[in-house]
Amino acid sequence: MGIESDEPGSVQLLMGNEAIARGALEAGVGVASAYPGTPSSEVIATLAKVANSRGLYVEWSVNEKVALEVAAAASLSGVRAITGMKQNGLDVALDFLANLALTGVNQGLVLMVGDDPGGLSSTNEQDSRHVARALDLPLLEPATFQEAKDMAKWAFEVSEAIGNVCMLRSVTRISHARGNVVLGELPSTKKQAHFDTSRSYAGIGGMADKLHRAVHEKIARIISLYESSPFNFYLGPQEPELLVAACGSGWLYAMEAVRTLAQQKSVGVLKLGTTWPLPPVFLGAHLKNAKKILVVEEVDSFLESNLKEFVVDHMAGRDYIFFGKASGHIKPYGELNVDVAIQAITTIMGTEYESRDKSYEEKSRDAADKYIPPRGSQLCPGCPHRATYWAIKNALRLQGDDGVVAGDIGCYSMGLQPSGFEQVKMVHAMGSGMGIASGLGKLERFNFRQPVLAVCGDSTFFHAVIPALINAVHSESDVVLVVLDNSGTAMTGFQPHPGTDKDAMGVSRPEIGIEKICEALGVPTMVVDPYDVPATQKAFLKVLNDKGKTRVVISRRECALIRANRQAGPIAKMRIETARCLGNDCGCDRYCTRVFKCPGLIVDKESGKVRIDEAMCSGCGVCVSVCPQSAIAAEAVQ
Amino acid sequence: MSFEQSTIINLIITGVGGQGNILISRLIGQAFIEEGRTVTIGETYGATQRGGSVASHVRISKENMPYSPVTPRGKADIIVGLEPTESLRMLTSYGSPDTYVVTNTRPIHSLEVAIGEADYPSPEVLRDCTNRLSRKAWYINASEHALNLGNALLTNIVMIGALFGTGLLPLERSQIEEQLKKSFKGEKLSVNLRAFELGYGAVEAST
Repeated sequence: MGIESDEPGSVQLLMGNEAIARGALEAGVGVASAYPGTPSSEVIATLAKVANSRGLYVEWSVNEKVALEVAAAASLSGVRAITGMKQNGLDVALDFLANLALTGVNQGLVLMVGDDPGGLSSTNEQDSRHVARALDLPLLEPATFQEAKDMAKWAFEVSEAIGNVCMLRSVTRISHARGNVVLGELPSTKKQAHFDTSRSYAGIGGMADKLHRAVHEKIARIISLYESSPFNFYLGPQEPELLVAACGSGWLYAMEAVRTLAQQKSVGVLKLGTTWPLPPVFLGAHLKNAKKILVVEEVDSFLESNLKEFVVDHMAGRDYIFFGKASGHIKPYGELNVDVAIQAITTIMGTEYESRDKSYEEKSRDAADKYIPPRGSQLCPGCPHRATYWAIKNALRLQGDDGVVAGDIGCYSMGLQPSGFEQVKMVHAMGSGMGIASGLGKLERFNFRQPVLAVCGDSTFFHAVIPALINAVHSESDVVLVVLDNSGTAMTGFQPHPGTDKDAMGVSRPEIGIEKICEALGVPTMVVDPYDVPATQKAFLKVLNDKGKTRVVISRRECALIRANRQAGPIAKMRIETARCLGNDCGCDRYCTRVFKCPGLIVDKESGKVRIDEAMCSGCGVCVSVCPQSAIAAEAVQ
Repeated sequence: MSFEQSTIINLIITGVGGQGNILISRLIGQAFIEEGRTVTIGETYGATQRGGSVASHVRISKENMPYSPVTPRGKADIIVGLEPTESLRMLTSYGSPDTYVVTNTRPIHSLEVAIGEADYPSPEVLRDCTNRLSRKAWYINASEHALNLGNALLTNIVMIGALFGTGLLPLERSQIEEQLKKSFKGEKLSVNLRAFELGYGAVEAST
C-alpha cells in the first residue's frame, strides 16, 4: 500500500498531487524541491515521505526560484528532478526559468504548476500556461488522476527529448481531488551525479539570439512526439454538429455535460493533453470534420486562442465558428464546472436543460436566504495571530495617528477580515507588505505622518521579506516590521523552513534565527509573546513611538494547530465567572464575543451570558485580559 | 431502497473544517475502489478551510471513466452532514426532491452567529426545511454518541455508521469495517468500531 507500493497494476485512490509524485517515482526522479503553495504542495510533501526509502533528495526550498535552481542543478548533473509550485510561485521562479529555458537542461526536469481557478486559496487566478508558450516550453495538462501519474512520468521523457524544462499544468480540481490510479513499475536505477565541465550554460556574452533560435528548434522537435500521444483523443460522432475541444479538468466537465444532455450522437469531445505546442496532424484530422467549436478550459482562453491561430495557419479555406470565453458562452473568469459546460452547449445547440424544477429552486433559495447562517473565514481558537492583531489594534488606537498595516501571504492575511479586526489594509505577493511599507516610510517629504507597520510570517520572512527589510534598513525607512513567528509554514500544512530545525526529510538542520539576521542588519529587534497581551501591546506602542528608523518586533508563539497536532492538550482550563459576566448588558455589548471574536467564546441564549465552548477553546488565556469585567479566568491544567 | 442499480451514486459528506469529512470520504471511496468501481472525490470549501464550510463530493461510478470532482446542481443522491446547517446548505445547492439526508443534529456556531451578526435556526426550522427539500432525512445526535465515547472527533465515524444503518449504499457493513481496520490499530480501532456501531444502531432507533 501507499505511494511506494511495488505492485504494478494495483489500483489506488490517489490525490492528483500524489499521482504526480508517483509518476515522478516511476520515472526514477532523484531530486524534488519546492516552496509550499496551495494547490501544489502535496507533490513534494509526498516525495519527502519516501525520500529516505527511495534514495531521493527532497527539500522545502526558501522560495520557488531557489527550488527551481536546486532542481536544475540536479538535471544539469545528470539526475532527473521535479519542482512544484502554485501560479504565484511561478512568478517568483520566472526570472530564472526565462534563462534556463534558453540554456536548456540535461536530464529530465519537470516543472509542475498547480493553478487555482477561482483563486480558492490564492490572491489571484492567473493562468500559468502563457509562460510555457512565451518561453517555448512543452506543456502538458492532465485531465484525470490516472493521467496525472502517467503524464508526470512522460514529462521527464519529453524534457529529455528536447533538452528543456517540461511544464505540467494541473489545477485545484485535479491536484486536490482523488480518483482511481493504476500503478506502474518502479525503476531500480542507481543514480550518479556529475557536472560535465566541458559544457557551459549561459545566455550572456552575445549568445541570447542564438539560444533563442535553438529553443524554437527544440519546441518544433517535440511535435512528432505529441502527434502520437495517447493523451490526445476524440470521442464522438464522425461529423459532429458541435465539437467541444477541452483540456485538463475542462475535459471532465465537457464529457459529463454531453452525457447529462444525452447529446453523444451530435456533440463530439476532442481531448487535448499536449496543449503547447499543438499537434497539427492530429488536430487537422479532427477539425476538418467540424464547423462549430466550443472550447472548455480553466481560467484564460489559452487553448481557444491557439486553436483560432491554428485554423488560420493550417485549415485555410474552411470556416469555423468558435464558442468559448471570447464569445461569452463560457465566463472568462472564475472556476468552471459541469453546469457551466451544460449551459454553453444548450445555448449553442438551442436545447433546454433544467437542473431542478422551479418550485424546488425557489424553496431552496428561500431556505438558504432565511435560515442558513454564513460561515466565513476566521482564525482558529488560540491562534497567536488573533492575539497579535488585538495588540496591534489597541496600540495603533492609543498611538492615534491613523497607522497603516501592510499585510502579506499566510493565515495572517485574515488580518484583512473581522477575525483579525480588519487591521491589514493590503495583501499582494510574498514579501510585498514590507516592500510597500519601506516605501511608505520614506514619504516624509510629502508630509506623510502615519505610523507604518508591515506584518509577515516566519516562512514568508525567509522567502521574500529579507530583501525588503534590507531596503528599509539601508534607506532608513520609518517602519516597523512585525514577524508573526508561529514556527512553521502553517497555512500550507506546517512545512519546515530555514528557521526550523528539521528539513523535509526529517533530517536535523541548523536553525537560522530571525533575530540574528535582524541584529546583523543593525536593526533594533524585540521579541514578544503575543499571549502576554499587556506586554505585547506595550511593546507595540513603544516601537510605534520610537519614530525614525526601521524597527522589528518578533511576535513568537507556536501555531495552535501545531500544538494540537502534538496532542499537547489545552494550555489552561478557561472558566467564566458567571456572576461577573454582564452578558448582553455588558457596557461594550458582549465585548468578548462581538469585538474579540474568538470561536472558543459563545453566548448562551438562555442566560444571555458568555460561556466557554470546551470543544473549541485551546486555553490560550488571551481573553482573560480582554474582558472588561475580569469575568474570565484561567486555571492551570493538571 | 439502495442505489445498487445506479450507474453513478453522488454522495456528499459535509461539515465544518476539522470535523473529519475527508477521512470518511476516503474510507468509503477506498471500499468502493476495492469493489471495482471508479471513484472521484472532490472537495469544496467556503472562504476558508479552518472553521469554514467544507464538503467532500464522493462520486461512485460503474463506468470506467471518472466523473467531475464536484457534483452538478441537483444531482446529489445522499448528503451526510456532520453539522445540521451545513447539511441544509448542501441540500439547497446540490439537492433535489430525490435526495436522502443523514445529518448530525449538534450545531456548531459560525463566527457570524457568535458575534450576533446572524441567527442560528431552531432545530424545528432546520428539520422542517430539510424534510421539505429531501426525499427522506435521518437525524442523529452523533456528537453526543462521540462525546459518550470520550472524543468529539469520533462524530464522523458515528455518522458513517448511521449512513450504513440507512442501507442506502450498495456496500456491506463489513467492507467499511475492513477499511477502519486498515486505518486504525489497537485501542483506536476498537473505539472507532464502537462509534460505527453506535451510529448504525442510532438509525434503527430513529425509524
